[in-house]
Parts: sequence; C-alpha cells; structure tokens
Amino acid sequence: MAEQPTTEPSGTLTGFAKGFGLTFATMFKKVYTQQYPFEVFPTAPRYHGRHVLNRHPDGLEKCVGCELCAWACPADAIYVEGGDNTDEERYSPGERYGAVYQINYLRCIFCGLCVEACPTRSLTMSNEYELALDNREDLIYTKEQLMAPLLPGMEAPPHPQRLGDEKAYYTVESQAPLQQGPPMSTANVAGRPITGIAIEVGRHHG
Amino acid sequence: MGLEEKLPDGILLVSVEKLVNWTRKSSLWPVQFGLACCAIEMMSFGGPRFDSARFGMEVFRASPRQADLMIVAGRLSQKMAPVLRQVYDQMPEPKWVLAMGVCASSGGMFNNYAIVQGVDHVVPVDMYLPGCPPRPEMLIDAVLKLHHKIMNEPLGPKRAAKLADQKVELVPSSIKYAK
Repeated sequence: MAEQPTTEPSGTLTGFAKGFGLTFATMFKKVYTQQYPFEVFPTAPRYHGRHVLNRHPDGLEKCVGCELCAWACPADAIYVEGGDNTDEERYSPGERYGAVYQINYLRCIFCGLCVEACPTRSLTMSNEYELALDNREDLIYTKEQLMAPLLPGMEAPPHPQRLGDEKAYYTVESQAPLQQGPPMSTANVAGRPITGIAIEVGRHHG
Repeated sequence: MGLEEKLPDGILLVSVEKLVNWTRKSSLWPVQFGLACCAIEMMSFGGPRFDSARFGMEVFRASPRQADLMIVAGRLSQKMAPVLRQVYDQMPEPKWVLAMGVCASSGGMFNNYAIVQGVDHVVPVDMYLPGCPPRPEMLIDAVLKLHHKIMNEPLGPKRAAKLADQKVELVPSSIKYAK
C-alpha cells in the first residue's frame, strides 16, 4: 500500500474560503434565467421560423406554383401543385398559381433553401416558433394557414389584375413591403391566420 | 384505479382528478434519452438560462424507473429502436413521450434505411415538436402544452368516455401565459 498524500491544513482553509466565497458572492448577482413563457424575448430578426406566403399590394398571391421550393427542399417537406389562372378566376398575376401548397413541419428543418429558391419572393419566413402539437396531421400546414393576412387595401383573390399588366407586378415600385407585425402571434394554432415579421433569407444574389 | 369506477358519476372524483393531474404535471421527471444534436438544446433547457427547474423537471433521471416523461431528443436509428422501447417499458405508469425535433417526430431529412421514420413507430407519442433542432423555448412550449394535456387527462374509463369527444386546444405558451 502506498502512503496517502497528506493535505496541508493551511491550504485547505483558504480553499474553503475561496470556494464558499464564490458561492456566497453569486447570491448577489443578477439572475440569468429568462422567464420564457411569462416574458417573451424577441428572436434574432432573421430567425428562421415558420413560413409565410406573401401577397402583391392588390391582394393577389405571389406564388406562381413553380415548385422550385419543393425541389430545393432537402427534407422533401414541401408539396406544391400548380393551377392555371383564367380571366374569370385569377389568384396570381400571370399564367399559373399555387393551387395546393403544403409544408410538413415534421420534416421541415428550417434551413431557408426554399426561400432562396423562390423566384417571386413569395415564400419568406416569420419569427414564429411555437409549433408543437400532439398529432402529425395538423402539423402539415396548408395554403390557407401559410398565406399572409390581407392588409388594408388588399382584396381577397380571385380577382382581376388591379395593377395593370403582368409586368407591372414586378417593378420596383410595386413591391409591397413584406408582412410586418408583432414578432409572436397566434399563427401556430391550426386554422388561424398568420401575422409576424417576414424576413428575407439569403439575399446574396440580388 | 378501481375505486372511482364503482362510485356514481361526477360527485366526488372530479376534484380528485384535478388534484392528481396537478401533482402529475408539477413534477414531470424526464428520463435521459438524448440521441443527437437535439440533446444539446435539451441540456440548455435544463441549464440556468431556461431553467427547467421552474416547472419542476430539472432532474433528468438516469433510471427510467424514476421517470415520467421520455424526451426523445434526436434521430432514432433502427438499431437503437429496441433500446428505446425497453427504456419506455421500464418506466412506471403514468408515462408520456415527447418527440423532440423533426428526426424523432417523423425522420426529418433522414429519409433512409437507417433511421426510424418517427418514434411513434416504436412508442406512443404525446407531443410532437418540430424544429432542427428546436430552440429551448420551443421545448418549454411543448412541455407546457403537454402539462395542459395532462391537466385534462381523465381519471378512469368513465371519465374517459365522458371526455372522449372533447379536444384539448393547445395554445402557444407566449399567448397563454402572457402578462
């Protein structure tokens, strides 16, 4: 048996004083805990939350049903079916619109590649993150849940093009500001409309 | 549990049901089941900034026999699936499962032969939490929604039959608990 190493009595005492001193001093420090559900702290402005499908200033949908978001998605979370616009029933300027638009939030990894892929800046992301639900069906968000709410001055589609011909929708002047609103919203309850800050992700090719 | 099934309906045990549910939800001890990167966020949930001790669940139990809640944090591989099931079976009733992150909920971006496409293939899941990984606030939100579900759980088959058609609405925590 090897001899036990002896501790020096003086060193032990200062060690105690140092250790408990630190513990005691911590009592007077500011509490670090964020009281999350009672006080909500804003996310970073470009936080990748749930998606928003934006509208043109007259209320027509920006989505043209091109499925580029679905192709860009690494998790295959997006399902899009395009439909044909007619003069009687028009949802978006131009020929096509997104007839069916679904995002499965149990597959979505919030990477933002869909937002980068979107050619009309229809798809953006909000800062909404309270998405937990107790079944898988309700976490597949449909187009009604993802569409941005109608702002004052907007008209619910279908209606004819109010801004002129198709090109008038894609000038600099006609670009409506992306949906603004309170950072947290009631949007993640199934069926309620969406508000929230829409952010632009991946603006490196503009 | 036995007694409440013999008594006439709704005279005594509604308050007991509330009390029992309150005790159950107030100390929901999770079993350690961190499988991947979501576990890092789950640790943050237990840490000082988000502090799960505020909800009485700071003790992550290493033994499933002392736990009520299994937070499956991360992707579940086919080889790990029987282990998950065994740990779940070792937990005493009543028990709940929270699938944290998209991989645990549905397989997420790993749609391949190695990953179980959602832990609900193996165990019953009470709460699905999207996100990759979900931030700790999202986990707190999911836990509080689960608390709400537990508070509305029926005590015994009679109450279950009575409450069967009532759907528990899950409100986002920042709205429900907003000051």
